[in-house]
Amino acid sequence: MDIAKIVEDAAFNLLRQAVIYLPDDVKQALKKAYVEETSETGKTQLKAILDNVELAEKYEAPVCQDTGTIIFYVKAGAEAKDLDKLENAVINATRKATKEIPLRPNSVDPFTQKNSGDNTGRYIPFLHWEIVPGNSTELTVMTKGGGSENVCVSGMLVPGEGINGLKKFAIDEVIKAGAQPCPPTILGIAIGGGADIAMKLAKKTLLKPLNEPNPNPEIAKLEKDIFEAANMTGIGPMGLGGKTTVLGVHVDYAFRHPASFPAAVAFNCWAARRASARINADGTVEYLTHKMKK
Amino acid sequence: MVVYKFKTPISEEDIRKLKVNDVLYITGTIVTARDQAHRRALEFFKQGKPLPLNLEGLAVFHCGPVVSKEGDKWIAVAAGPTTSTRMDIFEDEFIKNFKVRVVIGKGGMGKKTTDAMSKYGAVYGAFTGGAAILAAKAIKNIKGVEWLDLGTPEALWIFEVEEFGPLAVAIDSHGNNIFTDIQRKVEEGKQKIYQKLGLSP
Repeated sequence: MDIAKIVEDAAFNLLRQAVIYLPDDVKQALKKAYVEETSETGKTQLKAILDNVELAEKYEAPVCQDTGTIIFYVKAGAEAKDLDKLENAVINATRKATKEIPLRPNSVDPFTQKNSGDNTGRYIPFLHWEIVPGNSTELTVMTKGGGSENVCVSGMLVPGEGINGLKKFAIDEVIKAGAQPCPPTILGIAIGGGADIAMKLAKKTLLKPLNEPNPNPEIAKLEKDIFEAANMTGIGPMGLGGKTTVLGVHVDYAFRHPASFPAAVAFNCWAARRASARINADGTVEYLTHKMKK
Repeated sequence: MVVYKFKTPISEEDIRKLKVNDVLYITGTIVTARDQAHRRALEFFKQGKPLPLNLEGLAVFHCGPVVSKEGDKWIAVAAGPTTSTRMDIFEDEFIKNFKVRVVIGKGGMGKKTTDAMSKYGAVYGAFTGGAAILAAKAIKNIKGVEWLDLGTPEALWIFEVEEFGPLAVAIDSHGNNIFTDIQRKVEEGKQKIYQKLGLSP
């Protein structure tokens, strides 16, 4: 059994699913926003988004031309075989996907400004590793748009201000970002750990479906409060005014140092592209977020 | 809200008819340019070198498309707008020197660009961010590509389009800018949001 080939095919399929087919929860949220939007210009924008989502599926083409920076989240089973071959397999899948789907080449050397042409380069695609019990490996891809990445922000808040400081930080950043991240957006917010940990958690929460609030009721309430506050701003679809500025808010946390209150706000555009699969020890692959089209 | 359908080259007289919140569809030629192409075009102008094509009366599109090549022919697969604010540092000179009549993008542009639009007669047409297939379907033909050495997202793609839109006129040639209006309203409403979140001002 050629595990490397199985992983490569699975990663290619995940990339294809992610960039063409928006997850159902995001589609439902966009449809709801369209029905509820009262601003004429805002409604026109949401209509164009929904039409575009449908066209992408019909023509099997990427929903947005910015097919993003490619990030893989790996939950590697401690007893899974050939994990050392996984990184190379997803790099191969990325090259193939860039050529065949196609994806936009989005990987540029910051010093020479040269585009590698195939979405790979130093640390790209990026892999986040986690070891879990068992012999199967779960692979998730996020293709993260540049417009929404450009407004992601982390800050060191004042511990004495507590959660109120976090609420203010989040809402101020939504206002500052305005039209830039392609609203309606999804917010991933995290506190604690350290500067890097807060941002890592914030971005990772963007993988959660919109209809899955935090299991802790207090945190779920905070998500709801920030969601409602963001939609009070009036920034609206594409920043042209309206009721829908965010489609959802996810909050996560780590314990913090007594002197520190690291916080991060990660934005995702409405084209919130993600897909997951489980690769079993017997070489079978289960697609978890999308139905595999033959 | 009035719906306009213009063919390129667009005259200054026609462009001045547009007001913010109108909707525009363009048929004819639009040319993509992002950060690097803007920078190079302005360098060419400074050195007295001609651009690969005359942009007068055309639309410049802030876009880095997904393209594929079939034989010798380029095809636009996905072609939505990129964030325009990055081009704010170039756009006033670009409008002044090359006489483009429409700037297409997303996210809006600032005061310098708004002033240039009102002075030289141009508008900003907001195309829905991410609506890449909607845009690609309006592109009937890729007439050419220049400056491919900048990479495919940054190259100058020359598109022949039919009823490209809807473009929400978000900056007109009379000094109006929807984005800055919304920003002002958002700032004005901020205290109410703080109150709702239980924050002291």
